[in-house]
Amino acid sequence: MGGIRKKKFKAGEGAQYMSRTQALRKLQLSLKNFRHLCILKGIYPREPKKRKIAQRGATGFKTLYAVKDIQFLAAEPMIWEMRKYKPHFEKLRRAVSMRNMKEYRRQLEMRPEIKLDHIIKERFPSFIDAIRDLDDCLTLLFLFSTFPSLNAVPRDQSAMCRRLTMEFLHIVIASRALRKVFVSIKGYYFQAELKGETVTWIVPHQFSFNPDSAVEVDFKTMSFFVEFYCVLLGFVNYRLYHQLNLYYPPKLSQLSGDEIEKTLADEGAYYGERIASLNVELTHSSGNANEEEQELDQFTLSEDPDKMDQIQKEIEHRKKLKTLFEGVKIFVNREVPREPVVFCIRALGGTVSWDKRLFVGATFDEDDETITHQIVDRPSMEKQYISRYYVQPQWVFDSVNAGVLLPIERYLMGAILPPHLSPFLDGTRDNRYKPPEELALKGEAPVVDADKDEEKSDEEESEEEAEYIDSVNLDDYEEEEEEEEDENGQPLDEKEKERLKLKKRMAVTKGTMEKPDPLAKQREETAEYKMREKMIRNKHRKLYRHMMDNRQKWGKETARLEQKRKRVEAEQSASKKETRIQKKKAAAQLQA
Amino acid sequence: MATNKVAAKRKLEKAVINEKANGSTSLTSDNESEDEDLLQTISDNDSTDGEDQDLSDEDSDGYVESIEGDSNEEDASGEEDESGDEDESGDEEEGTDDSEAEDEEGTDESDLEWESDEEESADEEPADSKLNEAKTSSNGKLGGKFKIDKVKGDKIKDTGAPKGPSKSPAEDKSSSDIVKGSESNSDEALQGKSEPPADEYAAGDTSDEEDIRNTVGNIPMNWYDEYPHIGYDSEGKRIMRPKTGDTLDQFLKRMEDPNFFRTVKDPQTGQEVVLSDRDVELIKRLQSGKIPDASFDDTAPWVEYFTSDVMKTPLRKFPEHKKSFLPSKSEAARVSKYVHHLKMGWMKTRQQRAEERQKKREKNFYMLWGTDDNASEEMRRIHNHLPAPKRLLPGHAESYNPPAEYLFDEREMRQWESMADTPHKRKLHFLPQKYSSLRAVPAYSRYIRERFLRCLDLYMCPRAMKMKLAIQPEDLLPKLPSPKDLQPFPTTLAVVYEGHTDMVRTISLDMKGQFLISGSDDCTVKVWEVATGRCMRTINVGGTVRSVCWCPNQSLSLVAVAADRKLLLINPGVGDNLVVAKTDALLKEIPEESSAVPERVKTAVQWEQGNEEEWSYGIRVVVTHFKEIKQVTWHGRGDYFSSVMPEGANRSVLIHQLSKRRSQVPFSRSKGLVQCVLFHPIQPMLFVATQRHIRVYDLLKQKMTKKLETFAKWISSIAIHPNGDNILVGTYDRKMLWFDLDLSTEPYKALRLHGTAVRGVAFHKRYPLFASASDDRSVIVSHGMVYNDLLKNPLIVPLKRLAYHDSNNDFGVFDVIFHPTQPWVFSAGADKTVRLYS
Repeated sequence: MGGIRKKKFKAGEGAQYMSRTQALRKLQLSLKNFRHLCILKGIYPREPKKRKIAQRGATGFKTLYAVKDIQFLAAEPMIWEMRKYKPHFEKLRRAVSMRNMKEYRRQLEMRPEIKLDHIIKERFPSFIDAIRDLDDCLTLLFLFSTFPSLNAVPRDQSAMCRRLTMEFLHIVIASRALRKVFVSIKGYYFQAELKGETVTWIVPHQFSFNPDSAVEVDFKTMSFFVEFYCVLLGFVNYRLYHQLNLYYPPKLSQLSGDEIEKTLADEGAYYGERIASLNVELTHSSGNANEEEQELDQFTLSEDPDKMDQIQKEIEHRKKLKTLFEGVKIFVNREVPREPVVFCIRALGGTVSWDKRLFVGATFDEDDETITHQIVDRPSMEKQYISRYYVQPQWVFDSVNAGVLLPIERYLMGAILPPHLSPFLDGTRDNRYKPPEELALKGEAPVVDADKDEEKSDEEESEEEAEYIDSVNLDDYEEEEEEEEDENGQPLDEKEKERLKLKKRMAVTKGTMEKPDPLAKQREETAEYKMREKMIRNKHRKLYRHMMDNRQKWGKETARLEQKRKRVEAEQSASKKETRIQKKKAAAQLQA
Repeated sequence: MATNKVAAKRKLEKAVINEKANGSTSLTSDNESEDEDLLQTISDNDSTDGEDQDLSDEDSDGYVESIEGDSNEEDASGEEDESGDEDESGDEEEGTDDSEAEDEEGTDESDLEWESDEEESADEEPADSKLNEAKTSSNGKLGGKFKIDKVKGDKIKDTGAPKGPSKSPAEDKSSSDIVKGSESNSDEALQGKSEPPADEYAAGDTSDEEDIRNTVGNIPMNWYDEYPHIGYDSEGKRIMRPKTGDTLDQFLKRMEDPNFFRTVKDPQTGQEVVLSDRDVELIKRLQSGKIPDASFDDTAPWVEYFTSDVMKTPLRKFPEHKKSFLPSKSEAARVSKYVHHLKMGWMKTRQQRAEERQKKREKNFYMLWGTDDNASEEMRRIHNHLPAPKRLLPGHAESYNPPAEYLFDEREMRQWESMADTPHKRKLHFLPQKYSSLRAVPAYSRYIRERFLRCLDLYMCPRAMKMKLAIQPEDLLPKLPSPKDLQPFPTTLAVVYEGHTDMVRTISLDMKGQFLISGSDDCTVKVWEVATGRCMRTINVGGTVRSVCWCPNQSLSLVAVAADRKLLLINPGVGDNLVVAKTDALLKEIPEESSAVPERVKTAVQWEQGNEEEWSYGIRVVVTHFKEIKQVTWHGRGDYFSSVMPEGANRSVLIHQLSKRRSQVPFSRSKGLVQCVLFHPIQPMLFVATQRHIRVYDLLKQKMTKKLETFAKWISSIAIHPNGDNILVGTYDRKMLWFDLDLSTEPYKALRLHGTAVRGVAFHKRYPLFASASDDRSVIVSHGMVYNDLLKNPLIVPLKRLAYHDSNNDFGVFDVIFHPTQPWVFSAGADKTVRLYS
């Protein structure tokens, strides 16, 4: 007996976490300031392994922070600066209400400033870390760069966002880092490769700012993030520019800072200016640093020749992509959303211009005979030049994703566009549904043209169906079993019949080649696999079941989409046939 | 602040213009108050301005005072509307008003002046404050403020001085007139009622004299109403109230006196005074609102008493003070001080400060990360950092022009709409849409909301490290040799033995594997030729056959059949005739009972020789039990056999000896519901399977050596490996348990090969094969290799599932048995057939 009784929650998970209220009390901060601090310092709540213990027996859900995180926050000198905010604003308010404008001005200048540089270095110890975390940063800044001035957002913040995002686009252009583009209903997804890391960001479609959204969105919170991200992107830009021997900050527009402030009112002018600057070549700080692709030595990175081959292919693809639009001179019509198109073309080495009567920054005119492509987004045009192709903007994006200039036939002006596919699905599940267009793009299946479909004979179709059966999911055991049974029940009878037949004829007939049952082998394998499946360890049984169920679910989804595709295609061809027949009938009637 | 001032001024101008439009010189009360407010703000915003204005006015006041006596009455009357207690700001406003009304050019000038003035003051002011701050850094704030004020005052005087002369004298005069007018308003209003002093003596009758007579002073005269006198004269005598006539006199007066209308009563004296013609005219003019003096020509041309032109001989000429020619020393000192402060950087110009502010606001970026890219994780300082997961990248469905199969059809659309209340259950979080061209794509309405939610996730969502499996389900499967390498084993259905009319419960093979005997629910046993599937014999046994077992002794042609309560020893009469005959001969003689049979056995079992009829069927011996027999099994030598009666309580297991026709009850106590028993193939051991356990008894020592734990609910069958070290147990709860007797009393492996209850298990005598029969209509043949090396565990590989039986009443396959020499397997099914797989 005896001994000191152990107190609860003094060790283990109970001592490792603290609730938000406790954290606030410990840090002596208001909730608002705490939130601000968490956003800047990148502190987040954590999910404990045993919630009940971590909450010290409290019921309900508590936001739990790691005690170490809060201690880390407590050591942050920024807190002192934050605590100064409240009296500062009180003084300001007092000055205003006393109409002491002089004091007001004086106080304004004494506003407590939060320096974020050290936090950047702390949160992203290496440059690669920063690049890895750039996705959210870029997406948010691109969104804020489209914002007008708002109550909750500091006045210069959206201007800063504009500047930084523009600089970033330029560095992507200068380093030819663009890899993939995707036009979604939400916006333009761009993927670039910087320092070997892929960075993906979204640029919203134009006019995405919607004043009603203030109801469901807290702009103040977003502005805290933007405050941090602006500093982050600034440093990242600086480093990227310096690596390419470019001046930072670049001089992108003819307008000075004050003028930019003024032009904020005129959204159109700003937008034009922004795109025009994309057409500007950046100045190098020490001559033209000619750091073209050095020929990589042939290292045998891995023994596997397949893998090596793949790596080699990837390198070549990248090389080709970097010079995709080189030598291509493109004129962009005025109805085309210019920014993404111009960015893509410039980022991959093309030259581009637009109507100089409408927007600033045009480098050549529409009547230039050396133009190879004109990008139009309208069904027809009155004046057309023979020397150039008139293509729709999707051609640019699809070409970027394919890595080659795609044949323009399907993208010509007025043509019904082929589907625009997402380029981001390469590394995902294998058993997902792949539309035929995607397979065709990768050369895994013959190019299926919509027009050719009709001319296909029935035989071909039946063949296709057979293939389809082939690729039926292996996991449908039940059906398989039944089939098996039927197949194996039959042979005796067949033999009998054959014997009877032979008896009847008693003559030599030409023998037929015995076709091996194509499904037999597969069935056998399935049965074998199923047997093996039964020997799975008890420990893994549930997990295995779960994984297989998931696989089956996706298989079903794939099959559903495949069927839907077939149905849609059938409908389309039927309607086409009908129209053709009607046309013929009309022609016959006319002749009669 | 400058803008504030300008705006206020503009407002003022506007107000003035409005007034002009109205044609009235006075301000409407509304305008007034508004402008007052404005002025208030101006004066508040920059007190210097207000003071400035005041001072200049004061200055001009002083200037005009001397000519006050010449000011006209009309000015004053014009200002009568103004309230007497108008504050200074009001006056000031009037001043500006007038000045603008009089000469428009002048307004422009004054405008300019005003602005420049402001600029000066604004320029100077911060400098002052800076200066003073610098000065009074040691002093308290109050002192500093005080000093600022003082300096301001000085400056104002400076600036005010040059301003005065620049105004036109006329302007000054008029404004000062108004001021004066408003001040002397009340006096003049009184005087206006009395006669002008010039005509006082001309009238002859003076009220002054009379007034002087009554010395009561200026009191209400009704105080004397009750007295006969109305006052006192200068000598102190009473002045008696004059007689007033009665109404008749009044009437007569009115009728007779032509001056009655102009007769008024002087309240002071009570005398009647007849007003002169001039008085009457004056009153009339006043009543009609005209200027009282008829002789005054209000349309007369304006006489400029003081011209704006510089006169050769001015009325007043003070020579300029010498001070105004000499540069101010104090100013020079201050300027030099400012210059010094600017030079030293203590004071900054406006521009400099603006630049500084700009610089402060502007973010300054530099090379934050050094050239080395691999900084230590310690820099991060966050303990156990969990980076936020990246957002999923979009699929084809999110495209602006997706393939047709991704667009929703009507059914999917309905489904989408039905989940409007629970959007998180939807497969996609957006509605796939197709646009014919890029320019038709609108902004995504939920975009900002999505970004916001992402922000919330980043700082509010609890994070935890979740291990994600990077394996395929195939990786979880055990690595087993391919069945092809483990051949031979039965793979196909070879022979079907048809003929029974009910479920076949049990089968057994003779030792050579030539003949098969099957027992069925149709109360018969049938003997089949294995190779051809021909039924050799059918024997009716008169009860449900639950178990048959061929005698392992090759010199005997004998089968033990359990039919209800009877255990029959049947000579099937197939095979070698010699053996058949020898068996018959052997069984014909009944051995003598050597010792007395205990009562316990006697009540349980009776041995009988088969009668004539039975003999003809082949039944040689009948052993009648007291309960239903479930199982019968032979010892390897073929002399002993055992029967099991589950309901027999402590006598449920019996061991019979054929040669002596004797039975014994080995167990004195019931250990539970006995399911089946099994003899060890080599050693004198007996395995007894109760519902949950298997007990191993040493028959020689007559005691239990082992008790195997199955962890199963109900054991159905049991089989032993020919080597005798491994046991396979089938259970009704779908499992098969492999016991390695050398290893443990717990199962080495539990196999879940079947979906339903396992009813029969069997080992092959020669090949490393075992089979199981189950209610799921299937027989599964597996490879079960037992190695001689004790360190090596048995290898178990399921090989083939043979599902050829039909189910009957949820029963599938009852029994399974291997061919003694060939890799063939027989199964007895509920579909009334026996099947052979090879």
